[in-house]
Amino acid sequence: MKALVRAVALVAVLFVVSGLLTGSLIESVSISPYFLQVLCLAGINIILAVSLNLINGFTGQFSIGHAGFMAIGAYVSSFLSITFGDRIRGVVSFAPEAVQNSLLLLAVLAVGALCAGAAGFLVGVPSLRLRGDYLAIVTLGFGEIIRVFIVNIDAVGGARGLGGMPKLANFFWIYLFAAGTVAVVTRIVGSSFGRTLIAIREDEIAAEAMGVNTTRAKVLSFVVSSAMAGVAGGLFAHYLIYLHPNSFTFIRSFEIIIMIVIGGLGSITGSVLGAVLYITLTEGLRQFAQYRMVAFSLLLVILMIVRPQGILGHRELRHFLGKRRRASEPPPPAVAA
Amino acid sequence: MTTFLQQLVNGLSLGSIYALIALGYTMVYGVLRLINFAHGDVYMLGAYAGYYLSRKLKGSEPSLVGALLVMLGAMVFCAIIGIIIERFAYRPVRRAARLTLLITAIGVSLFIENAAQLVFGPDPKFFPSLAPRADFLVAGVRLTSEQLTVIAVSVILMILLRFFILKTRTGKAMRAVSFNLDAAKLMGISTDRIIAITFALGSALAAAAGVLIGMQIPKIDPLMGINYGLKAFVAAVLGGIGNVPGAVLGGLLIGTSEVMVVGYLSSTYRDAIAFGILILVLLLRPQGILGRAQKEKV
Amino acid sequence: MKSNVLRAGLLIAAVAAIVLLPAGCKRGGGDEILVGEYGSLTGTTATFGQSTNNAIQMAFDEINAAGGVLGKKVRVAVEDDQSKPEEAATAVTKLINQNHVVAMLGEVSSSRSLAAAPICQANGVPMISPSSTNPRVTQVGNYIFRVCFTDPFQAEVGARIAWEILKVKKVAILSDVRNDYSVGLQTFFRQHFKGYGGEVVAEQSYSEGDSDFRAQLTQIKSANPEAIYVPGYYTEVATIARQARELGITVPLIGGDGWDSPRLWEIGGEALNGCHFSNHYSVDDPSPAVQKFVADYRKRFNQVPDALAALGYDAARILADAMKRAGSPKGDKVRDALVQTKDFPGVTGTITINNERNAVKPAVVLKIENGKFVYVTTVKPTGT
Repeated sequence: MKALVRAVALVAVLFVVSGLLTGSLIESVSISPYFLQVLCLAGINIILAVSLNLINGFTGQFSIGHAGFMAIGAYVSSFLSITFGDRIRGVVSFAPEAVQNSLLLLAVLAVGALCAGAAGFLVGVPSLRLRGDYLAIVTLGFGEIIRVFIVNIDAVGGARGLGGMPKLANFFWIYLFAAGTVAVVTRIVGSSFGRTLIAIREDEIAAEAMGVNTTRAKVLSFVVSSAMAGVAGGLFAHYLIYLHPNSFTFIRSFEIIIMIVIGGLGSITGSVLGAVLYITLTEGLRQFAQYRMVAFSLLLVILMIVRPQGILGHRELRHFLGKRRRASEPPPPAVAA
Repeated sequence: MTTFLQQLVNGLSLGSIYALIALGYTMVYGVLRLINFAHGDVYMLGAYAGYYLSRKLKGSEPSLVGALLVMLGAMVFCAIIGIIIERFAYRPVRRAARLTLLITAIGVSLFIENAAQLVFGPDPKFFPSLAPRADFLVAGVRLTSEQLTVIAVSVILMILLRFFILKTRTGKAMRAVSFNLDAAKLMGISTDRIIAITFALGSALAAAAGVLIGMQIPKIDPLMGINYGLKAFVAAVLGGIGNVPGAVLGGLLIGTSEVMVVGYLSSTYRDAIAFGILILVLLLRPQGILGRAQKEKV
Repeated sequence: MKSNVLRAGLLIAAVAAIVLLPAGCKRGGGDEILVGEYGSLTGTTATFGQSTNNAIQMAFDEINAAGGVLGKKVRVAVEDDQSKPEEAATAVTKLINQNHVVAMLGEVSSSRSLAAAPICQANGVPMISPSSTNPRVTQVGNYIFRVCFTDPFQAEVGARIAWEILKVKKVAILSDVRNDYSVGLQTFFRQHFKGYGGEVVAEQSYSEGDSDFRAQLTQIKSANPEAIYVPGYYTEVATIARQARELGITVPLIGGDGWDSPRLWEIGGEALNGCHFSNHYSVDDPSPAVQKFVADYRKRFNQVPDALAALGYDAARILADAMKRAGSPKGDKVRDALVQTKDFPGVTGTITINNERNAVKPAVVLKIENGKFVYVTTVKPTGT
């Protein structure tokens, strides 16, 4: 019951905040569309970072193909909203337009997430047998293959890009899903399934020896993570209203990796922090755009040498707020060979 | 039939380039168990080094000697770069978790790519003509002098490398280190030095590939290392990562299959082919064609 | 559990609020008209963007020197799209949302125009493309215009080059599957050429950015064409020409305005001798307006202006002219004035904008001879 009350309160707060920010609540109060765009992109990145952290940080499986699942979510949801948008809206034609749009968004996001999750399953089952470097390369490969296939599908514009989606996503929806993603992942990590994942991360063979079905657990977390990336992709598509396969190269996957590494693999708060930091630095330093990636990559290398656990390591925000929890997080692992 | 043979030649010359780059990947993986993501970018740096060096020679007639000098210069330059990367980026994290190494490698790769865009400018540059041009017609198949040079130089370099690894003491030490780093240390081998030499060799070969590609397809740009590097990596895995002849075999196979697919199917799947092969290999026979299965010890 | 979420939310809000200090917003002030320009100043088609940008600068400098538009000076805010469509979309969004431009000039490449046009249309910002030839660009909406001819016509010119000038019956096509311009051109070319009775003996494709075309060229060679239609951009075309000659393909290549760049010969060299392409204007045009433009451009930028520059020049001047006729820089008024543009004296010809917001103009055929683009003939659109 408490959880429900909290959830409703959160939604209400979000509603008010987004109304204020966009000026739809009080006429004279709003922020510039540019800031709003940055905030929204940050929100999408939060979803990507937190979902990737589930598989990379908590399960210890190195996946660098996340952009591929984002792409699937983006393209599937866009194709649906372009082709069937009116029909879906027609189903609730009695409702006001805002409700129609919300329903459309939820519908296409759901299908996009489903497809991304299915892709995660198809990729995960054969790949998760591999370890470390090989898994990384295979996921990279799958991410690229997904992109090449999209480039070749003319129905979604292929190499020429896809436009014409209705602008269904806004601050409210993006941050609702961001909050939802954080909540879901936190829930997973705190559950016994989460402990399974952490066990796999710490020592997969020992976990297997303890009777954990490691393959099932890994695939499951991979599927969940991919589905969430699909949601992020759908929101991305319906916010920017233009998609191009070049937005989903491994560079994008690397960017998400940078976010979670900076924040700390294995810390949800860290991923949020990393995502926000990354996007604000990117935008704030826009005039130095050419130096930006040079600086980021250098930062990454130095970080790995000096503080590989990132800013927060394995700690969550609650560590700093004094609340003692049961030992559901293990101590940070020793950095050993 | 001649078309097929022509495509075969095209594939072999492309494959030789992949082979040269793949050798660097395979050697470094052999000694360090590290996928050096930055290797493709070293190849790019080699191409640019060759570009600037060949501009210094501008005015003089294109000649074989000039071309060789340019290549040697690029190779030396990249050998040094390889040593620097190893010393400053990889050595501090050598004992760290595998994930950390991988991320470091990614970071170095991104750094080189973006720094190159800054320094050289993001627009493509075009190699001036180096060696004198001559085409040969054999059984209806056309061999350009560039293609011949690529194949010939690659073969020579690979033979030299094989000789080095099998017949010299340093080569033996490299093999020992790739077998077991700690045991090699115990045997008195200076592993740091050997690792540095491995990087230097691999980078030099990549530089040669860069110059050769510059001669064959005159366009170079700061991001060229990504595509070629990734495919060369697939080649190394295909042949068996850590296995030197495997890298050569893998390179030729990937090059030829890519050309065949583009010619007979469609160019849009060009990049997907390499990845498709990679995935198949990793799923069906992860140790590659010539590699040995690795048992994981607990 | 949910308190984590709330805290996460607070964290986001706090960080965002603190770090996002107002970035410099360049707005058009009261005594200035701010026009946006997006183009490929870097990347695989860098010369397109640079030429267009040079010419637009020159045009507005001349206009400002003569008193400006409606008593105000025109300033241009430029964004580089790096030859990438997704960057074009971002650039245009930024120009509209952050700089608040009243009109948009761009782009040369149809793919990038197509990426940006919906954004301009949705925001009521008139967009004039100087050189995008794919018909779909102006179909995006009534705020999107162009001052050049379109590809159905250009492809017809290409087909006529093959049929009437080179007098060949069998042609192969090698097109860039990654951009709308190339795909559009080859579609229309095939229609026209077959209509004349010609035969397309081979079709291959490549992707913009590729550097090795030997596989495709080998296949084409085996089909024995008498000419090859290569409707791509200069970087790839020049490399294709070189590799074709190396493979022993001696037949001429035919192309479109995407060939027009000072770098074409630089990259392709002698391999290009004897090749023809369709274009918007010729440097050798003796008309005084053209020669003055060429001389001024040469003096200022030390280069002979290519067609992209000429079209950029015309696009800028037509925009200024439309603003004057509308009496206001506001989007909807400028749009109405643009549609009524009649017989505007441009350096690329007399420009009238029709109801589809396209310009109806003739094309010139140029032949490449030893580094020079030599004028061959002019082709008028059917019906004029």
